[in-house]
Amino acid sequence: MSVAMPGPKAEILARRGEIAKALSRIVPGEGVITDPDGMRPFETDGLTAYRQMPMIVVLPETVEQVQRVLRYCYDNEIRVVPRGSGTSLSGGALPLADGVLLVMSRFNKVLEVDFENRAAVVQPGVTNLAITRAVEHRGFYYAPDPSSQIACSIGGNVAENSGGVHCLKYGLTTNNVLGLEMVLITGEIIRLGGKHLDSEGYDFLGLMTGSEGLLGVVTEVTVRILRSPETARALLLGFPTNEDAGRCVGDIIGAGIIPGGMEMMDSLAIQAAEDFVHAGYPLDVEALLIVELDGPGEEVHELIERVEAIARDNNAANIRVSQSEEERANFWAGRKAAFPAVGRISPDYYCMDGTIPRKALPKVLHRMKEMETEFDLRVANVFHAGDGNLHPLILYDANDSDQLERAEAFGSAILKLCVEVGGVLTGEHGVGVEKRDLMGEMFNEADLAQQERVKCAFDARQLLNPGKVFPELHQCAELSRMHVHKGQLPFPDIPRF
Amino acid sequence: MAETLRPDNDQSVLDVVRWAAAEQVPLEILGHGSKRGIGRPVQAEYTLNLAALSGVTLYEPDELVFSAKAGTPLAEIEKLLADANQELAFEPMDYGPIFGLEPGTGTLGGVLAANLAGPRRIKAGAARDHILGLSAVSGRGEAFKAGGRVVKNVTGYDLSKGLAGSWGTLAVVTDLTFKVLPRPERIATVLVLGLSDDMACAAMAEAMGSSHEVSGAAHLPKGMARSCGLSVESSVTALRLEGFPSSVSYRSEALNGMMRDRGAVETLDVPQSENFWRAIRDCLPFGGRSGPLWRVSVAPRAGAALMARLVNEPLSYFFDWAGGRVWIEVASGAEDAAEGTIRRAIRAVGGGHATLIRGSAALRTGISPFEPQPAPLAALSRRLKENFDPQGILNPGRMGS
Repeated sequence: MSVAMPGPKAEILARRGEIAKALSRIVPGEGVITDPDGMRPFETDGLTAYRQMPMIVVLPETVEQVQRVLRYCYDNEIRVVPRGSGTSLSGGALPLADGVLLVMSRFNKVLEVDFENRAAVVQPGVTNLAITRAVEHRGFYYAPDPSSQIACSIGGNVAENSGGVHCLKYGLTTNNVLGLEMVLITGEIIRLGGKHLDSEGYDFLGLMTGSEGLLGVVTEVTVRILRSPETARALLLGFPTNEDAGRCVGDIIGAGIIPGGMEMMDSLAIQAAEDFVHAGYPLDVEALLIVELDGPGEEVHELIERVEAIARDNNAANIRVSQSEEERANFWAGRKAAFPAVGRISPDYYCMDGTIPRKALPKVLHRMKEMETEFDLRVANVFHAGDGNLHPLILYDANDSDQLERAEAFGSAILKLCVEVGGVLTGEHGVGVEKRDLMGEMFNEADLAQQERVKCAFDARQLLNPGKVFPELHQCAELSRMHVHKGQLPFPDIPRF
Repeated sequence: MAETLRPDNDQSVLDVVRWAAAEQVPLEILGHGSKRGIGRPVQAEYTLNLAALSGVTLYEPDELVFSAKAGTPLAEIEKLLADANQELAFEPMDYGPIFGLEPGTGTLGGVLAANLAGPRRIKAGAARDHILGLSAVSGRGEAFKAGGRVVKNVTGYDLSKGLAGSWGTLAVVTDLTFKVLPRPERIATVLVLGLSDDMACAAMAEAMGSSHEVSGAAHLPKGMARSCGLSVESSVTALRLEGFPSSVSYRSEALNGMMRDRGAVETLDVPQSENFWRAIRDCLPFGGRSGPLWRVSVAPRAGAALMARLVNEPLSYFFDWAGGRVWIEVASGAEDAAEGTIRRAIRAVGGGHATLIRGSAALRTGISPFEPQPAPLAALSRRLKENFDPQGILNPGRMGS
């Protein structure tokens, strides 16, 4: 796979030794890596099709070091790519040949847990799951749960506005972050929010979340923690057709029920998952739905019955209700292992991430079946059915360059289809480099220009993570020009008072 | 007297803003004007009134989504949703009564511009958490769109959130798409009587930290409950439960048990509950009066500590958001409406912010209605404003500190 990245600046590369020395003065000891073997683990993130060795890797330990590194890079016009745990599936942390890779993994402390205010203050390198681990002894948890939660960092979650199974009911990262401390490329510290809600002033917290490392480097995060639901139970529902399953999803929501999670898998994904974890999934169905209901015991009990009835009305062929915590975990085991399971039946797979309006699901699945023939590749589908977030997994063999090209073309075709039916290019993985050149499918030039101007407000020199998100890099000077249309007042056709 | 322009279509809005940008003519952006008294008074030769840009353009109950023009009355949308047993889960407050206006005014554009929320903020978020997408015209006179119509969307920056709470100073929003949620089938309120502020904040923290899914937590000091329709003299701590009927009864029972050791406990049923939370939502204890009114946001547990520091000031107050939102009405004679005292007290209890919601034009010009920002953040805000509205034609000065 290839994508054009900003060309390396020869004058920066020529100064590599001097830059490394200067950075070593800021971050002493093991904090600066320049040898190829040491840098190798950082050349790619979760999207391994793209690889690039950085110029220098820096692992700061203190906020002050982050400030000084960024300020030095700003003064010397050196590009910087921030990186958390490197689990991005869109190439968000893909290094630049003339760039400093700023790795935040040493920021791994939980700074404060405040149960009375239902908040935790953590450093950005703390893993998503570690937040829950730090609060679960008191019956609390952190709700957003991306599949990579054991490894992915909260700083990365903020950069990507990560989602997960629970988002339908509990929101994405952006709805669960209360505050941030970040450092701008100029080295200035900005603190946003805290344990209180809704500061007046522009919503920079909202802009930062999902900004993919282009606006600032997060050095501290305050998140909302929730009391774990009293109980959670799951239903495993098998359907003869995708249409039946899709309609069942719509009917559950239509009945006023918002499940804690609602996941769907198609026959190929069911087969792969069952072969891998033996969760007892039915193999004679076209679609499988896992619906988890959580909350007070009384409520869950009642809703299980309601959902069961809705499933029957939609021709569910198989209905199982978890009778124990162990069985509930078992229902989920196959879904949680779906990606590696598919990895066992294909040398490689390409994971997509579009979102569509729920009602378009049958149409989109039908079109995907047709595309399998067109591109001569198979696709397995797992998705967050409740919010229409699809994860088609395109199976291919990377050693066959023709297959690789077809997989990429197939992926693009799926995302264009998502936009066509009223959806979007990415639901939770981010644009990064992977979908950068598809942004024009969803946004016109004026739309993109506004987003780039946000970037200019934070980073006018465009040194932070350039080459991601935006298909073209416009200079901020060019973006700030006013195109004045000499207007004519008075508007004869606008009513006035 | 400013001249008012009332466009009724997107193209006319674009024409007006383009002209204003070209001629550097400041515009005051309005819907119904129900929140016009918030922020610095805007000096503008022209008013751009969006009330005629009205109408719901899409509503799909099964998809939990609707779109409407910015000037659509919120009351119209609330009715449409209620007819399908749905609602805006963030419970947007109505600022009208604070300013002595009839309840029920306000537009959808204003909901986002002021980032409205109600008591359910602590569970369901604010307008910012429910906006999915929008169309707008920047201060440069460029029409653009942001976001989409689906909940899970990380395609580009979340500009819709960036415009939440921007008070019309970055762009003129013409269309908005929000997510909606099913209306709870049932509501009940557990009241604990006679608690001190500190005990109340502790009780609310315990309730919010329980698994009973409390969707509203407010505390009214002694003598204030009557203004919310309760015939009680003592202080009242109120905890709201919503959801399916059996679940509400079950949780209400559990919460009653949990609170019994703290004070006398009563339960409010449906109509009384609804009226009570509407009163809290719209700040009715201080409605239709004229004293300067501050809206404070601190960490929930810091609410009582904040008021303990202000015990010698001539003021009245009550708490929402489990103690984190404090409405403070200052006696009319207080110098600068006690701005310095209140802001210092907030810093002393761990930080937060205060916004002057009601005050004379002179007061709002003389002090800073919004929380002053540290220099780097103020500079960043300025740069964002310059990028979207380089001529400063949209609501000039309104958010000025």
